[in-house]
Amino acid sequence: MSIFDYFRRKTAKGSAAVAKERLHIVMAHEHRAKRGPDYLPALKRELMEVITKYVQVSRDDIKVNLERHGDCEILELNIALPEEKEETAAAN
Amino acid sequence: MSKVIVVTSGKGGVGKTTTSASFAAGLASRGHRTVVIDFDIGLRNLDLVMGCERRVVYDFVNVINEEASLKQALIRDKVDNNLYILPASQTRDKDALTQDKVGKVIGELRESFDYIVCDSPAGIEKGALMALFYADEALVVTNPEISSVRDSDRILGMLAAKSLRAIEGDEPIKEHLVVSRYSPERVQMGEMLSLDDIQELLGINLIGVIPESEEVLQASNSGVPVIRDERSKSGQAYQDMVARFLGEDVPMRFLEVEKKGFFSRIFGA
Repeated sequence: MSIFDYFRRKTAKGSAAVAKERLHIVMAHEHRAKRGPDYLPALKRELMEVITKYVQVSRDDIKVNLERHGDCEILELNIALPEEKEETAAAN
Repeated sequence: MSKVIVVTSGKGGVGKTTTSASFAAGLASRGHRTVVIDFDIGLRNLDLVMGCERRVVYDFVNVINEEASLKQALIRDKVDNNLYILPASQTRDKDALTQDKVGKVIGELRESFDYIVCDSPAGIEKGALMALFYADEALVVTNPEISSVRDSDRILGMLAAKSLRAIEGDEPIKEHLVVSRYSPERVQMGEMLSLDDIQELLGINLIGVIPESEEVLQASNSGVPVIRDERSKSGQAYQDMVARFLGEDVPMRFLEVEKKGFFSRIFGA
């Protein structure tokens, strides 16, 4: 490192920290995608079939998520039901 | 008890073959019967790094296809009687290796060698899977660089899910991290991921740090594993790594920025 480099090096400082943060995010995402059990896609599909049999929702309104907190796994099912106003209006 | 060790990384050009050659040469120099197999079918290179390219008669695929015996294909190292090389084939047939046939060859090698080092090809395709499938332990070679770290993470996933040990529910493959092309100067300037960063991201035990150095290129130019260059930092770092692998407690070296003299600091080295 010479005296000339001294002025230049400031600009590069911290790019390793950026790299680390980006890796944290992308690797966490990839782990989550991979860690799901094999049956999860099939389970999702069948759950959606059952729900759409009874409720008029589009497949985009159903979210199935499996999360892990320590030792326990949580299966989260999130269904956005259609607004009831429209139904009652139609009944009247 | 023989051990199969895969040297893998996902990403290409990070130093798998250099590490395989030096690791195998190091084990052999300590008296262990060692064979190193080049799994990079179609792109044979280990023979060049080991300096035995002109003595290749038969290769791994010849053995797989039973066109040659193991004894005919194995090349003994020019200086170390404990070290043998099984070169890759230059065939373009990527499907030449099958799980069963590779298993048979490895089984046969287990009978006469203490250590079987598998130099994996880059990527996460079939060739890489073949190299890691029968492994007991793994050296994951990683550069302090964003894409290398991510690819190593992918390979760790494969080791944990697709190896024979994983499939049979045995004790998992023992994974060791090898950080190569490490430059303490650039880490200090915040330009390069540090050892702590890489270990935190990958979550496996560090077994060696190989500093970036010119001697690695010089050694491969002349077909001598860099571990035999006792004056070079990389050679010494590989010696340390082999010692740690064999259970010795050796502190990490070459992690600090070298102190420079007054004049080189002012005018540049």
